[in-house]
Order: sequence, then structure tokens, then C-alpha cells
Amino acid sequence: MDLTKVDAICTKHRGQPEQLIGILQDVQKEYNYLPREALERVSKGLEVPLSRIYAVATFFKAFSLQPRGRNHVCVCMGTACHVRGAPNVLSEMERDLGIKAGETDRDLNFTLETVNCVGACALGPVAVVNGEYHGKLTTQKVGELVKKMKG
Amino acid sequence: MAKLIPDVKALEALRKKSLDERKGYKQVIAVCGGTGCHAYGCMKVIEAFRAELAKQGLAKDVRLRTTGCHGFCEMGSLCIIHPSDIFYVKITPEDVAEVVSETVKAGKVIDRLCYTDPASKKKVVKAAEVPFYKNQHRLLFAQNGMVDPKDLDDYLAIGGFSGAAAALCDLKPRDIIDKIKASGLRGRGGGGFPTGRKWEICASHESDVRYIVCNADEGDPGAYMDRSILEGNPFAVIEGMIVGAKAIGAAHGYVYVRNEYPLAVENLGAAIVKAREAGLLGEDILKTGFSFDITINRGGGAFVCGEETGLISSVMGLTGEPNPKPPYPAQRGLWGKPTVINNVETWANVPMILSKGEKWFAGMGTANSKGTKVFSLVGKINNTGLVEVPMGITLRKIVYDIGGGIPGGRKFKAVQTGGPSGGCLPESMLDSPVDFDELTKMGSMMGSGGMIVMDDRTCMVDVAHYFMKFLSEESCGKCVPCREGVPRMKAILEDITNGKGSDEAIALLQELGETVRDASLCALGGTSPNPVLSTLKYFRDEYEAHIRDKRCPAGVCKALINYSVIEDRCTGCGACARVCPTQAAVATGRPATVKGKKHDKLKAHEIVQEKCIKCGACIEACKFDAIKVE
Repeated sequence: MDLTKVDAICTKHRGQPEQLIGILQDVQKEYNYLPREALERVSKGLEVPLSRIYAVATFFKAFSLQPRGRNHVCVCMGTACHVRGAPNVLSEMERDLGIKAGETDRDLNFTLETVNCVGACALGPVAVVNGEYHGKLTTQKVGELVKKMKG
Repeated sequence: MAKLIPDVKALEALRKKSLDERKGYKQVIAVCGGTGCHAYGCMKVIEAFRAELAKQGLAKDVRLRTTGCHGFCEMGSLCIIHPSDIFYVKITPEDVAEVVSETVKAGKVIDRLCYTDPASKKKVVKAAEVPFYKNQHRLLFAQNGMVDPKDLDDYLAIGGFSGAAAALCDLKPRDIIDKIKASGLRGRGGGGFPTGRKWEICASHESDVRYIVCNADEGDPGAYMDRSILEGNPFAVIEGMIVGAKAIGAAHGYVYVRNEYPLAVENLGAAIVKAREAGLLGEDILKTGFSFDITINRGGGAFVCGEETGLISSVMGLTGEPNPKPPYPAQRGLWGKPTVINNVETWANVPMILSKGEKWFAGMGTANSKGTKVFSLVGKINNTGLVEVPMGITLRKIVYDIGGGIPGGRKFKAVQTGGPSGGCLPESMLDSPVDFDELTKMGSMMGSGGMIVMDDRTCMVDVAHYFMKFLSEESCGKCVPCREGVPRMKAILEDITNGKGSDEAIALLQELGETVRDASLCALGGTSPNPVLSTLKYFRDEYEAHIRDKRCPAGVCKALINYSVIEDRCTGCGACARVCPTQAAVATGRPATVKGKKHDKLKAHEIVQEKCIKCGACIEACKFDAIKVE
């Protein structure tokens, strides 16, 4: 595993332990998850104990210690989305992708996650697929979206 | 690269130049580039405008401005043409050529792109006459439509940084604090603590170093006004923070932004760089001897980090667990130093108070809640979006005059305010004024300003369960009442929604709720029972229907409902069968009913209960209202 990228990220944040969350986000962006080797390298770079890095990496929802799929699907479960039928949208997504929320499929094609509000409440129910917002979802639209993703 | 602005005189000269430059354009097309419109493809619309203006030789006369959120997210993509104020909704790239040649060149209004008022069914041409906008009092949000978030000159042209200039040149820290106190500004993040008082406590606390923090961790589900301000008008937040820094004597500030808001990070980041290059951040700002700079910290997706002590831990690179108060952050905050934390909307209000005066600000609102408040009006409401109104306006005005009422002619049931810390208010409360104190009196709270409207098809027990599920996932786990009590309440509510609620459930929920409220460590825990207690207070009958009659009146709780076809209405079109993921919707041998007559060739459908997973696909698909839930 090429860990020089981790060093570059630490340098970019001037090796400041207060930027730990931002650093972990950049590391995750690079590797798609937080590999143990990378966390060890961050620990050395920032002179912060590994235990504290793990405490932060597991406390915040944004981080994953497991490899994630090439396609990232995130269904918003905020209140506005909830009252407009987000639970049905999520179960349809789970059915169509064949994985439960929080899971990644075996081929690392898809990771399905939920978030408690992406702040696009006017469009609810919303799913964010690889950074792109899809609003006013219905179970039918979910089917079309998944079909498109699977190509 | 932006040019360095050496002093206040140069700032005013640049402002004049920016204004003159802007006067050089005959028209401005302001296209909304907020997150909502992004999802509707506004970037393609903007590209199309750019190409079309060049093609028709108008690039010099007509300015194209990509702005932040205009608020009326329901209607995206939006554009307003200035100075005629012509307002187009749901624009696509295909419409752009016509808009340029017809409206921009010839001044003709294109009817089909105008907004239709659902109440009067009439077309509305000008933005100022659209009921959604007309009934608001937009100050903060009006700026969103007038600036490109990455263009410092745009912000200067609307008077930007004049508040900071006044604070840095003409005012002593004490004067600034007095002004903010006199304005009556209260924190827009939830608790509503008087801002000036908070600054005063921080400034009076002996210390060599003090910090400023902007809380942009807007974790309340259903609220996104901070996101829109940060994305659309980041310079206003920066300016507010400079004023605050001068008032308390801070040299450094942090903006803690949610991980879920990438566009906010991008636009704020760009604005900070521009401000720094222009010398409005950094050493010796405008040669006043005052130095201040800002760092962005990205959050990691934890609701509890919106709580100020949790946020402080997180900014220091630790897990976001809250600490008991006192000491308050204004006394002991970041690295043990006095720290002022205000949220995005609060900071954005500060420049206006400095430039327009504290009396002007205190002239709006109610006795103890001054100014305007931005609400996100979402859920089962016709005009979804962000609305800015004076404090003291009634809920009814917000829901009906601005929001246009409930879609599909359905019945209003409740409005949920204050996010997970707030409560659900019933119809009988609609005429109550909205301000910090009134909402608390009603058993809810202002929170950051989420307003989720619910109709008769929303189940209040399900909503209470939703919030308890949310909070049990988001509890940091540090104190027992919240860690143990909230999941317990969630479990009881889950039983009720599954039709397994016991007779004692209501009393138990009440007791648990009061204990968690009184004994939790931080605001998240202390306010967490509000959704349960408020629904118990106002919607007890729904709890009773679930527990005693094993019935969900709203038709939401899956264990208690069944889907079936109303045969007289079924036209046999087969839409339900096509979308049903489990093949539970099937044709019967009986004839369908088309326009009131039996039709032998078409077969009425039915839903096979054993196969039905109650996903709701058939209801969405049926155009004849032939599916019933009970």
C-alpha cells in the first residue's frame, strides 16, 4: 500500500492534531475507507496515539474502517424525507441492491448507507448517489435509478 | 487573485468601482445555484445561458450571475431577470435560447415559464408578487439572490464589509458588544441565548487568548437554512465573525462545517481565500492594527457536535462528547480559553446590525425575540423552501399564506418545529405567534428553524418513534439517562407501532421522558423527550388507537395496516401490477369500472395480502385513487 499520500495529506494540514477529522476525511477519500496502515501512519505523522485516532474514526459516522463499494448510495432519513416516504424508498433500495443499509456487496460494487439529513429537505425523499442528488424519489424511481447504476 | 485592499478608504473606493461596474450592465440574469437547484440541473442551465449570451452578442450588456439559494426550492431551477424582476421557474437548458431572445432582448414575458399561483390559478410575472416571497420579510435571504458567493466585489456592491469596517475603525470592543446587546439578537442555533450577553461574558473573562467559532454543524433533520446561507453568502458569515473577533479580542476563528455539506465547504473556502488575499482576513486588517483569521474544520457526521461543548471537543480533533456546563464555552472553551460560539445565521445577522443600526434591528419582532428568522418549510406543504419572516408571525401565516397549504387538498395535522429537540404542534396552535418564548411555552422550541408540516397521512406515533430512533443512534453515550432512557423510549414506541403496546405504555413513556429531560448531561439529552412528550400531549388519541384498537389512523404503521383495491374505482389499467415488487397486485376475474361503467375486457385488480410487503408502490402508481390503506 502506497502510504506517501498519507504523508502528503498530513503535510497539507500542517501536521496539526486539531485537523484530525479533516485529515481522516482526506485519507478516506484517497483509499475509499480508512485502512489500518494509513491510520498508523497518521498516528506517527501527527504524534497522536493510535487509540485516539481509532476513537475518533469510530465515533463519527462519516468514517468507514471497511472497504467500500465503487458506487456510494446514501439515502436521506431526515424528518422531511421521512414524512414523505423515505422508509419505503430505503427498503426498495435495499431490495434492488440486495444489501441492507450499512452494507457493501461482495464485489465492492455498491455501498448503501443512510444519513440523518443531507440538507436538501425541499427535494425529499432524497438519495445521494456518488455525490449527485436525486430528489422526490418514489419506489418506482428507485428501481430506475438502480437499473441505471447497474448499467 | 484578488487585489489587496490596504485601508478603509480603498475599501470604499473599491465598493464604488464595483457598483459602477455593475451599473454598466443593462440587465442581470440571476440563476439559483443552491443545492436544491443543483439537483434540478441548474449548472446546465447556467452553461446554456453563458453560451447563448455569447452567441447573441449580449455578454457585455447582460451579466450572468450564479447565486446561492433563492429559497423557493420547490420550483427549481429558478432565475430572476433584473431590473424587470421577471421570475421564471422550472427552467431547463432548452428554455434558455428563448429566454435570451424573447425576454432579455425583446422584453417579452414567456408565459409558460412563469409561476402559477395554485390558489388563484393565475400566472405571476414578478418575483416580488409571488405569494411565497410577498409574504416574507427577506433581509438575510434577499442577499443570497444578489451575490455570487465567490465574488467579493458582488458582496461589496451590496454594502458588504461596511459593518466590519465600522467595527474595526470607529468602535471600541465595548461599543460593539453594547450595540449587539441593544439589538436584542438571540442565538439562531436553538437555545436562543442573547448574543451580546454571550460576547460580554467571553470578553470579561481574563485570558491571553480568545476564540471565535461558527457552528455550521446544522444536524437538525429537516433544517437547511445554515447550509444555504453558508453556500450562498459566505462573506456575510466571515464579516460577522470579524466583528465578533474585534468585540471579544480574538485572533483566530473556526468554522465547523458538516461533512454532508460539500458545497458549503467549497464556497466558504473560496470566500476565505478571497478575503485573505484582499487583506480582510489576516494580519493588520485594513491597516487598523487588528489581526484575525479563520480555519475551516469539517465535521464527521455526528449530531451531538452541534451541541457547543461537543463541537469544541471535535474542533480540537477529539471525539465529540459534550461536557457539563458550567463552565460555559464563553468562559472555558477551545483549549480551555474563552470562546464565543454562534451559528451561521447568527453570524450572518451581525453585519446588518452594525451597518443598519441596532435600533433598526430591534424594531422588528416581538418583545423578547428581535429581527427575522429563517425557517425551512418542508414536508407535506405546497411551497417547500426557505422562508424568512419577522419574529412573532403566526404559524398559520407561514403554513398557509407563504407555504400555500397542504398538497392534494389534504388536512393539516401538525407542524414539527425545533428538530429532535422540539415538538409537534397541532392545528389549535396555528394562530400562536412564533418566537423563542412562545414556542417553548407550547412545548416545542425554535431550534435552528426546521418546520416540518404533517398531514392526516402522517402518524404521530411513528414520528415520535422516528425521533427516538434518531436520537438513540446519535447519543454520544456519555451519560446514563440519555444512553439508556432514549433507546428504552424507542423500544416502547416500536412496540406500539407494531401493535404490541401495553396499557401502561403511555404512563411509562411520560415518566421516562420526564426523567431523561431532567437528568441528562447536555441539551441533546435534555430535550430529547420533547417529540414524545408533545405528541403525547396533543395526539394522545393516536397512541390510544394503536394500543387499544390496534389501528394506525394515518395508515402508516405497517404491522397495523392493509392495502386493498376499491373495486368500483379500479379501471384495470394494471399500473399497480406493473410496479408491485412482489407480484401481490393481480388481476381478478371481475370486470373493471371505467367512467362509472363496468368493462368486461378490463379486469379489476386486487392485492394478495400474503404477498404484500406494504411498500406503497401501488398507491404511488394508481391514478384513480383506487388503493386504500386501513
